[in-house]
Amino acid sequence: MPDHAPAPSGFTGKRLSDRALWQLSRARMVGFLREPEAVFWTFAFPLLMALALGIAFRNQGPQRSRVGVEIGPGADSVSVALSRSKDIEVVRVPADETDAALRRGKIAVLVRAGQSPPRVVYDPSRPETRLAFLVTVDALERAAGRTDRVGVVSDTRARPGSRYIDFLIPGLIGLNLLGTGMWGVGFPIAGARQQKLLKRMIATPMRRRDYLWSLVLARAVWLLLEVATVLGFGVIAFGTYVRGSWLAFALVVVIGAFAFSALGLLVVSRARTIEAVSGLMNFVMMPMWLLSGSFFSSERFPAVMQPLVQALPLTLVNNGLRAIMNESAGLAGVAPQLIALGAWGVVCFALALRLFRWE
Amino acid sequence: MNLARANHSGNGLALACRGLVKRYSDVVAVNGLDLEIRAGECFGLLGPNGAGKTTTIEILEGLNVADAGSVEVLGQCWGAGHDRALRQRLGIQLQETKLTDKLSVLETVTLFRSFYDHGPTPEEVIRRVQLEEKSNAWVVKLSGGQRQRLSVACAMVNDPEVLFLDEPTTGLDPQSRRQLWELIEGYKRLGRTVLLTTHYMDEAQRLCDRVAIMDHGQIIALGTPRELIASLGADHVVEFRVEGEIEPGAVEKLPGVTQARIEGAGVALIVREPHVAIPALLAELERRHLPLAALTTHHATLEDVFVSLTGRTLRDA
Repeated sequence: MPDHAPAPSGFTGKRLSDRALWQLSRARMVGFLREPEAVFWTFAFPLLMALALGIAFRNQGPQRSRVGVEIGPGADSVSVALSRSKDIEVVRVPADETDAALRRGKIAVLVRAGQSPPRVVYDPSRPETRLAFLVTVDALERAAGRTDRVGVVSDTRARPGSRYIDFLIPGLIGLNLLGTGMWGVGFPIAGARQQKLLKRMIATPMRRRDYLWSLVLARAVWLLLEVATVLGFGVIAFGTYVRGSWLAFALVVVIGAFAFSALGLLVVSRARTIEAVSGLMNFVMMPMWLLSGSFFSSERFPAVMQPLVQALPLTLVNNGLRAIMNESAGLAGVAPQLIALGAWGVVCFALALRLFRWE
Repeated sequence: MNLARANHSGNGLALACRGLVKRYSDVVAVNGLDLEIRAGECFGLLGPNGAGKTTTIEILEGLNVADAGSVEVLGQCWGAGHDRALRQRLGIQLQETKLTDKLSVLETVTLFRSFYDHGPTPEEVIRRVQLEEKSNAWVVKLSGGQRQRLSVACAMVNDPEVLFLDEPTTGLDPQSRRQLWELIEGYKRLGRTVLLTTHYMDEAQRLCDRVAIMDHGQIIALGTPRELIASLGADHVVEFRVEGEIEPGAVEKLPGVTQARIEGAGVALIVREPHVAIPALLAELERRHLPLAALTTHHATLEDVFVSLTGRTLRDA
């Protein structure tokens, strides 16, 4: 035997076949971490979006109507009467500025106290001016001695789960699963194919399934972190919460991510260049961005479109997550979504494996 | 030294193919090619771009499928259910593979090492290609020569019995080429089989035990570099240019000349004895009143063999 051939040293044997999958997954994860743009899009982007939308659509405390009082005789007593109401903010306006104040929305209604009875000027076509009119009349009548006959008791506690942010957070999680699921699988494959790296890989004894699995596994690790980030942010910043089953939540996330990854794999199974992949990805993702109810309810689309809208994987994920987070659904409650998502994943994966171009 | 590995297929052949044909839509890339590569030899496929070298080597590597013909690698056929076991014994370097930019040298070698059951440690492989100092550098930071050595390192992680190298030094600077040559020579000394393609005749001449010259998908000459050059009938080349017109026929019959042909603006002579041929040539030009504009001589190379067979140079072909 060749005595000058170096003896195989270091690791040998069976342990390695396990390690190929580990090494591939590790390379995938490390490669991702070293692309700052990819990390930003995966983590920071959904957080910034949640923050911006959460602030824009936050539930503000009960708003007070701004009621103008024309400066002149009687203005003081009217002002005192109005300011007793917790719903009214009194603004005293000089007589020559009243029209401008009304027009610019600085005040919702104007009270002219110089006449008796006082005159209330407002625009009846807008809800907030009508509201201001009603609270103004109520305050003036109370001041004049009107008493309540029924004496209703009001309950104005905020119901968690019914705010816009409660609707939005599950939608953002779904959107993130879609984006990173498809790109996370599509981009590495397209890149490796274009650079002949895929061909180089299959020139080794590497198992092809190890390669595809490594993409899914590396995705799964990021998946946990991504979902935890968005969810944790919602809990801390906006008090959103998972009211239903955590198991069901985890299953929707995992099976949803699998469906999106499989869809990504199918989209790139034959595309030769990054450009072709980008075009195809956007073509597949755009309808889901628009139709699947991430930012507003998909129920707004006409009934004739609903079968299509409801069958989209992102709609299934969004509806499933909302049912669990906001309506306390359990495993049984989201079973239809889980089954449909599983079917998407299995069919796309099987098709992708059949169509996949390794060279 | 070849005995050590001579037993893989019983007949002493590491690679064999017969009647190989490969067509791409309207082009015949490989046209009825027969090849036998012995265990332990370094074999070169030499030819111009587009001669069918890469197609041939990729068919032998099992990465491309021939339209007709048979292939045996270490006594086995591709697609017979033993492909993975066979790949454990081969090392393959492809033309134009781009390794992942943001993995380090060590990470890249470790990844490739993980696909094989046996072989040296990644650190040992990196030491052999002299990239220890770059071990933790990202691939994107390497020079062209360093990248190429890394690419060869990835093909050597399993101590392969057969190493395939497709144009390993194309586009490299002279120093990087020499470093790679030393690497391949070191590998040859271990008694392993190497099949390389190249369009540099100096590379084939230096590294290869035997060379097949390919053109238009066929082998047009086969032998050791020495045999091929000897087939010219002489081992010197005299090139000259005159101020005026001269036909190769006019100097073909001079003593010591075995062949004459037009090359560029002048004439090239294949010459057995320069000390006889050159005075005869000068006398002949004198007689014809043709002043000499340039005269050079060199030892015949594989390039001259290619030119004499095809009438074209490797670069122009």
